[in-house]
This record gives sequence, C-alpha cells and structure tokens, in this order.
Amino acid sequence: MTSDILLYIEKARGGESGFKKSAAEIATAGRALANASGGTLVALVTGTLDDDGKALLGLHGVDKVLHAAGDAFAPYLLESHAAALEAAAKAVDPRAILLAASTVGKELGPYAAARLGIALVSDATGVALDGDGLVVTKPRLSGKAIAEIVTGGATAVSLRPNTTPVEERPGDAAVETLDVAPPEARIRLVEVQASGEKTVDLTEADAVVSGGRGIGSAESWTIVTDLAEALGAAQGASRAVVDAGWRPHAEQVGQTGKVVSPKLYVAAGISGAIQHLAGMSSSKVIVAVNKDEEAPIFKVADYGIVGDVHEVLPMLTKAVREFLA
Amino acid sequence: MDIIVCIKRVPDTEARVKIAGDGASLDPSGVQFIMAPYDEIAVEKALQLKEASGAGTVTVVTMGPAEATKELRTALAMGADAAVHVTTASAPSDALATAKTLQGALEGRSFDLVLCGRQATDVDDAAVGSMLAALLGLPCVTQVSTVEAAGDTIKVSREIEGETEILEVSTPCVLTAQKNLADPRYPGLKGIMAAKKKPLESLEAPALESLSQVRSLSLPPARSEVTFIEPTPEGMQVLLTALRNDKKVL
Repeated sequence: MTSDILLYIEKARGGESGFKKSAAEIATAGRALANASGGTLVALVTGTLDDDGKALLGLHGVDKVLHAAGDAFAPYLLESHAAALEAAAKAVDPRAILLAASTVGKELGPYAAARLGIALVSDATGVALDGDGLVVTKPRLSGKAIAEIVTGGATAVSLRPNTTPVEERPGDAAVETLDVAPPEARIRLVEVQASGEKTVDLTEADAVVSGGRGIGSAESWTIVTDLAEALGAAQGASRAVVDAGWRPHAEQVGQTGKVVSPKLYVAAGISGAIQHLAGMSSSKVIVAVNKDEEAPIFKVADYGIVGDVHEVLPMLTKAVREFLA
Repeated sequence: MDIIVCIKRVPDTEARVKIAGDGASLDPSGVQFIMAPYDEIAVEKALQLKEASGAGTVTVVTMGPAEATKELRTALAMGADAAVHVTTASAPSDALATAKTLQGALEGRSFDLVLCGRQATDVDDAAVGSMLAALLGLPCVTQVSTVEAAGDTIKVSREIEGETEILEVSTPCVLTAQKNLADPRYPGLKGIMAAKKKPLESLEAPALESLSQVRSLSLPPARSEVTFIEPTPEGMQVLLTALRNDKKVL
C-alpha cells in the first residue's frame, strides 16, 4: 500500500455533459487526504475526457488522471467500470479510494472493494487520517447515530454529496492512459428513459423543497413546485405523499427514500416523522412550515413558520421571486 | 426459479437510539427488532417471481444472533420454503466479513437469483449485495424497481438521478431491492402455522476478521433552537434576509 489516494470520477446524467457535481467534492476531500499522507492524488476517468474535465480535476487538486478511454466504458456498466477501477487500484495501490455515495458509487464501491479484498465504508460525511488509521465518519441507523470507523489498510469510501465544501488550487493534472480490457458483459443496457422534465438532482441539489401530507392533494402540489422553481431547488416528498401516489418514489426523502444534505431544506406540511428526519437532518439550514406548532419538524428546524401551507407557501414564493430578482 | 434472499435483523426504524456504555455500539435494551424493510421487499419480490414462474423455491438466509430466527420465521410465514441461519462466534463488524460469511453459506446451493435489500437500515452501507456478487463472481444490479424473468436472463429497471435504466442481466445474478420493487404482504395465520413446519437449517461459520472497526458511536449533534417567523409578508422578508445574511445560503 502506498500513501496515494485514488478517485473514481462519475459522469453526469440526464443529458448533462461533463462530470457529476460530486467530482469536485471528492477531489477536494482526496486532496486533503493526500496532503496529510504525503501521497499523490490520482483520478480514474472512464470514457471520454475533454480539456474542461481535465482542467476541473486539476483545479480541485488532482495530480494525475488515469484515463480508461473508449466506448467500452460509456455508458456506466458495473462490470466494465469495476474492471477499470480494479486496474487503477492495482496500478496505484492506494491508501484510500474515494467515490461519490451515488447510486453508481454505492454499487461500484462495494463490488470493487470485495474484488480487491479491501475495507469499505459507504455514505461517509467525513474522512481523515489519524496516525496510521483512516477515520471515516458516517451516519448509521439512518442518521440517528454517527459512527467513526477506523481502518488500518486500503479502504474504499463513498462520500455523501454536499457534505464536502469544495476548494480550489492552481494546478494541472497530467493524463496517462490506463490499459484495461473490459470483461465479457453479462449486464446489458437495453434502454435509458429520461424522466422528461428537466429537474435538479435531489441528492446533489443546493436547495430542496419538500412537501408532506399537509399539502392536501396531488392537485395542490403546484405550491411546492412554484417555491422550488423560485429557489432553483429540487423537489422532495414525504413517505405519506409517495404512498398516497401524489408524487413518485424517486422524490421520497427519508429512511426508505433518499438522504439529502442541501444547504437549504424547506419542509412544507411535513410533521417530521423520525423516518423523514433521517433523510434530511444533516441539511445545513432547515425551514419548516406547518400548522401545528407542536410538530416534531420544528425540533430540527432553524426557522419555523406556524401557518397554513396554502397561504404561507405562495407568500414565500412571491417574496423569494422579489428577493432574488 | 430458485431464489435465495439474504435478510438482516435490524432495530425497528421507529426505535429511539441509545448508545451503549462502550461508546461504540447501540444499547439494545428496549429496542424492538425487525426484518430490515428493504429485505422484506426482497422476500416479497422473490415470492412473486416464484409464483409467476409456477415452480422453484425461495430460501431465506441470514447471519445473526440466535434471536434472528424470528425474522427467518417471518419470511417463512410470508411464504418462503426454507431458511438458513448462519451464526458466528463473534459478529463481524464490517460488510466484507458479512458478505464472505454469506458466500460460504451459499456454497453448494444452486440458485438462479440472489435478492437482497438495497441496504440494512442499521449500518446503512448498502454493500453486502454487490460484495456478495463480486465474491460469487456474478453480475449485479443494485436498487432495482422492477424485475422480470425472461428465460436465461432477467430484465430489470432502476431509477438513477432522473433517468430510468432498463438492463438485461444473465442468470445467476444478484439484485438489490429498491423500495418500489414490491409491497410486502402480511403473513396470515395460516402462513404463521405453516412456517413452524418448514425447514430452518443452522450453520456455524468461522468468525472472520473485520478490516474496519467502529471507534465510536454517538448521537448526532443537537441542532440549534428554532426561530419562529411570523406568517406574514414582513415575516418572509425577515426569513429571506436571515437566510442570506446570517446563514449565507441564498
């Protein structure tokens, strides 16, 4: 094992070009680790790599890019990307591999870790070196407890989006080609269906507006959409709303949905069941609107508005439009 | 279709968390334990696939303490055919040790599909499913929303950040269940009675060394006290000004 740090860089989806927003976050986290270990920060990029991508990685601290080029690596498929990550890990022999705790990162990280026989921690909110130990901080029990996990050997860590403030430095990344032959595919991509409307990715969004049962019906959901649009925020929903069929499961925030850590989380008409709090209580600032001042959501909120969402939300939307104009 | 479902006994999602005296684990006193919610969905889907194919078996496997037979019995009462309870002298503290133990338990068994929940709601690593696939040398798709058997392949779909992927996977393979894959049934009285007569095999596995250790477990830091804002246009101005100037999030 060397003191180097290896990153797995994920491509953006939904018609967006370039890398996912989390690429800059894991690069920043990797830079801090490499500074502490005295190692080199190496990033694995699959498929295409353009000058913008290379510049972005350099800007956030990457010393060297290993490029697994070719159509075999685009789009993402577990087996080809695991082969690339394994080859990169064997070439670098890193102290840590960092991925984003996205759907892809949480599939690929454990798969590659098992193939490499190394430790793994998913959905971390922090990672640091403490002497010889790598200390990973991560929520457990859906955020009801915070664990510090220590490993002595090579470790793959997926980092929860939005929990690492991005830093920049002047610097350039050198690119090397990584020769890797993808294995015979046993998983084939038949089709990718876009969701249609252009929306902000919930798990990476800077702001999220979520609605709960208090919104009343699928028809009155526009008050949530309007506020989300005014704030440039992603939309979320409580479990009750998804179970009622007002919104799709992809928007569910909570223990059996998505975990989000935006800078601003607005909870509208959500009482704050423990299973919802699990999905959003690591948000930086929480604003809650609820007609019941005893609602548990106010225990985690920074700002609370006691009132009817049907009156408060349009009022807030109007104020936001004027404020941000 | 022969299906293996891996399940885990976890604290009830409604449980209040207390930290044990060692400062590194959960105090289990007064905590109700359940089958992890996503695992329950995996069991349900396995039963549906078996029922649709008209043949085959569903075997549930867990690694856990003696009490975990309760969760296996629940799966049997839902309709699974057989259960395997893997015990170890000491509980492994990481995902790879768990996946290796389950791999050992699957040795010599024939199956077309291994289904797991997306993640156990205690450790939340979402790792054992894809690790088990890697160790077994099988393809894997995590967080699937639909599963359809089609001869030697399985067609699945999953939602990834605003897109839906449709994938075809060769069998045998490992899949992990997203919440909307199935709606778990409640075991009826007949199922509960029948479960008592179904085979529950016990396996003792060697305790494997973990590559990671939990140094501490603590309650999350308390959030600051709420500031109430008047539900008026003036109140909205106060709120937005505070979000911009004090919190710097606008």
